Amino acid sequence: MVDIVFWIIVGITIGSAFMVVQSKSLLYSAYALLFTFVGVTGLYVFLWADFLAVVQIVVYVGGILVLIIFGIMLTNKITSVNISHASVQKGIGGVVVLGIIGVLGYMVFITPWNQLAATEPEQTSATIGRLLMMDYLLPFEVASLLLLGALIAATTLSRKEN
Amino acid sequence: MTVDFLIDWFAAMGDFPVIAFLLAVIISGIPIFLIMALNAIVAVYVERKVSAFMMDRIGPMGQGPGLHAGKWGLLQTAADAVKLLVKEDTVPETSDKFLFKMAPYIIFIGAFMGMAAVPFSSVLQVADFNVGVFYIIAVGSIGVIGIVMAGWASNNKWSLYGAMRSAAQIISYEIPAGLSIIVPIMMAGTMNLQLLIQSQSGTVWGILPNWIIFNNPFTFIAFFIFFISAVAETNRTPFDIPEAESELVAGWMTEYSGFRWALFFLSEYANMFVVSGLAVAGFLGGWQSPIPGMFDSAGWELFWFMGKLILLIFVMMWFRWTFPRLRVDQLMHVCWKVFIPIAMFNIFGVGIWKLIFG
Repeated sequence: MVDIVFWIIVGITIGSAFMVVQSKSLLYSAYALLFTFVGVTGLYVFLWADFLAVVQIVVYVGGILVLIIFGIMLTNKITSVNISHASVQKGIGGVVVLGIIGVLGYMVFITPWNQLAATEPEQTSATIGRLLMMDYLLPFEVASLLLLGALIAATTLSRKEN
Repeated sequence: MTVDFLIDWFAAMGDFPVIAFLLAVIISGIPIFLIMALNAIVAVYVERKVSAFMMDRIGPMGQGPGLHAGKWGLLQTAADAVKLLVKEDTVPETSDKFLFKMAPYIIFIGAFMGMAAVPFSSVLQVADFNVGVFYIIAVGSIGVIGIVMAGWASNNKWSLYGAMRSAAQIISYEIPAGLSIIVPIMMAGTMNLQLLIQSQSGTVWGILPNWIIFNNPFTFIAFFIFFISAVAETNRTPFDIPEAESELVAGWMTEYSGFRWALFFLSEYANMFVVSGLAVAGFLGGWQSPIPGMFDSAGWELFWFMGKLILLIFVMMWFRWTFPRLRVDQLMHVCWKVFIPIAMFNIFGVGIWKLIFG
């Protein structure tokens, strides 16, 4: 049963990801992305990463996707139907994609994957918090500084000059 | 009655995993749906009556089943439901038909997922997560996508304005709500709703029940910030600028009718239910009895939880019929310049309080 649910989720993820790149309307792409994000959430659940799964929904569905949709709606006239994206340079693009698939596939097969024991971890959020605040404090703080910089920059850019 | 429990129970009966899984999901899903429907039916009637009494009217009345609306107007909601189901389901000619039809389902799914984690009592909870509090906050944000989708697909200026306002409002108010719900998480040291409620047993300050709201001044303020932000997240008056009848007709719901509109309605009341449930679990002791040590058997637990929850829903209705609607700039001002600084200060204060008083 777990297998069936797993493959359904994989199908939703890949199928909707294909819709994202294939759809002619930007807005449809954005909404297809919703299902990709939800599918990835499902994959996290299968890895017993419950905290990460919920973070995925909060950050990507509740934050980033809404911002993307906002961006599309604000940068176009409501009446114009012509929000579409076309693909150019299909030949070169195909070569690049095949190359990336080759490299990634090679890495997937040569990496000695760590098989975790098939038991549910007692508490993921407490462990993540401890790791972030103790072992990985510097990267955590650097990342937050970067975000703060981006925030200030965005505010500066969007302010009207006096 | 968690899903896990049911799956284990079916697994013990025999080796048919697919059927067991489906049965467990359906058995736990149907009550959630029934609660959603029942909640909407009862809440609509109560809302009519509450609004009537607050405006010094008598609301729906009747003298028994006939052409009237039943005793005390009790059949009014039945009439409402029948009207909604038989109403013509219109889809505007120029709308984006696929998205127009999909939007109600996305909003409904968001509300439905939230219901799954509501802890009705220490045993009655469909899904008992380690990250329950965070989960409810997270699935609340799925509804925004549906609202924006509905507003865009309707191809109507009122709808689009309503959707934009609604999204801006929900995303903004998620921040003070999220920052305030951190306070009970800090006090209890867990995001699991059951453990969070269990940590609120006993007494505090000698006589008061040990609910997180009574624990210290910061938690007391955090509750009100959370609750007001939660009301704003459900798009209810005084925060209903997304629907604002006087300016936007019905906001993002303008073009919807019949069953699709009923789904919006069902989701709105379910969202009220879920955020009230989260407020009760996080601050008001969940299913803990207000008199510590008494009336705390399984049946009473359900009674206390539902009692507190219904009280909060009543307060939401009270808000609706007593406060005028906020302007957009006032709404954003309250959120970003008042609630968020106070909520941040609360987190800091609770941290210090825990450090000093344990």
